[in-house]
Amino acid sequence: MSAGEGVDSGPATGTGELLDSLGPRFEGLEPRPTTDHPATRCRAEFIRPLLKTLRDEYGYLMLMDVTAVDWDEESPRFTVFYHLLNPKTAQYARVSVDCLDDDEPEVPSVVSLFAAAEWHERETYDMFGIRFTDHPDLRRILMWEGYPYFPLRKEFPLAGIETELPDSEVGEATEAKVLPAPMMGGPFVAQSGQPMSASEPRGRDESWTEHHHRPEDFDALEGPEQPETLEDRSGDKPRIED
Amino acid sequence: MKQNGTELGYNSKVEGDVVVTKADAVINWVRSHSVWPMPMGLACCAIELMGASASRFDIARFGMEVMRFSPRQSDCMIVAGTVTYKMAPAVRRIYDQMAEPKWVVAMGACASTGGMYRSYATMQGVDHVVPVDVYISGCPPRPEALLDGMMRLQEKIRTEHSSRELLGGREEQMKLRA
Ligand code: SF4
Repeated sequence: MSAGEGVDSGPATGTGELLDSLGPRFEGLEPRPTTDHPATRCRAEFIRPLLKTLRDEYGYLMLMDVTAVDWDEESPRFTVFYHLLNPKTAQYARVSVDCLDDDEPEVPSVVSLFAAAEWHERETYDMFGIRFTDHPDLRRILMWEGYPYFPLRKEFPLAGIETELPDSEVGEATEAKVLPAPMMGGPFVAQSGQPMSASEPRGRDESWTEHHHRPEDFDALEGPEQPETLEDRSGDKPRIED
Repeated sequence: MKQNGTELGYNSKVEGDVVVTKADAVINWVRSHSVWPMPMGLACCAIELMGASASRFDIARFGMEVMRFSPRQSDCMIVAGTVTYKMAPAVRRIYDQMAEPKWVVAMGACASTGGMYRSYATMQGVDHVVPVDVYISGCPPRPEALLDGMMRLQEKIRTEHSSRELLGGREEQMKLRA
């Protein structure tokens, strides 16, 4: 997504102009910090009217992406993002909606406005467990029905969690299971026997392999001396996904 | 062809119209030269599998050109690609539907070990659900590597106790296969 002509660079991204005209019509519309495209935060109840307005009056005809971010310990914990494109001006716009409930996040589906949202929303549901109300067919799309976890949530370990195969008959016949696959046992670790780089937030958890089990008291062992690996998002840094 | 010290070739001067050999040798010879693969193409490796069956590499030279997409009509499953946990039960069920005798070739890093997908979603080797006869390394393996793997499979087939398997009951078969 290179900044095409007409898209201003730097902090002046056109968010202001967009908000000036939309702000009075939708309560609670706020600018979001952004380095590229106009970005606004919207209340869940206005997401459908807002996207409809952007589509019908502002020419944002294409829904490029729907995804979400898990802010871990913060509240609201989940934010859903919509990326829209105006094909005439090659302008993008980003709209975000915070999910009010941290435990059972929910936002209205926009499938009635953009057919493209159907699979995007299913994927977001599959990975984050965010329910899209009024979605015509909200099933998992990548993982199988009955998979008990939401893999892109922060508490889900990188390696995965042991569980049963989707087909219990085959599971019984083969005694195969869904098993965690720690990075340390894999081909992409340069120093064998060493923990992964501390820059990988969950890297510290990867000091084990299928053959060397993770010590029970691993977290206690590490203690507070460990370098801070998670970017300090709760500080004064703006929440920007870049 | 010399096998176990016995002359297995046809010598018309000695034998006239009669060929003396061992049942195993004949059965294995037939089986190993007409392997009907079932292409279990699950990811990028399947492209190399297609390459192997096209004219440049020509898997037909080994009697394996009859790729059958029905498990009922094939006897060697070539697992070419990434086996996700969602797909693994389907692979097993298709394997179960193949008639005996049957073999499995794990083509490429993914099918053999999960490859680069150290992930919650990828089975770390198809041998968790089906018995694999030949593993082929590479990401993807070149068609030559697949052909080499298939020749190894032929070698393996030639060592099998086919007549005893055929005449013995199922228990005997399982014992011999184990
Ligand atoms: S081994 Fe490599 S080429 Fe083959 S399926 Fe896996 S990633 Fe693709």
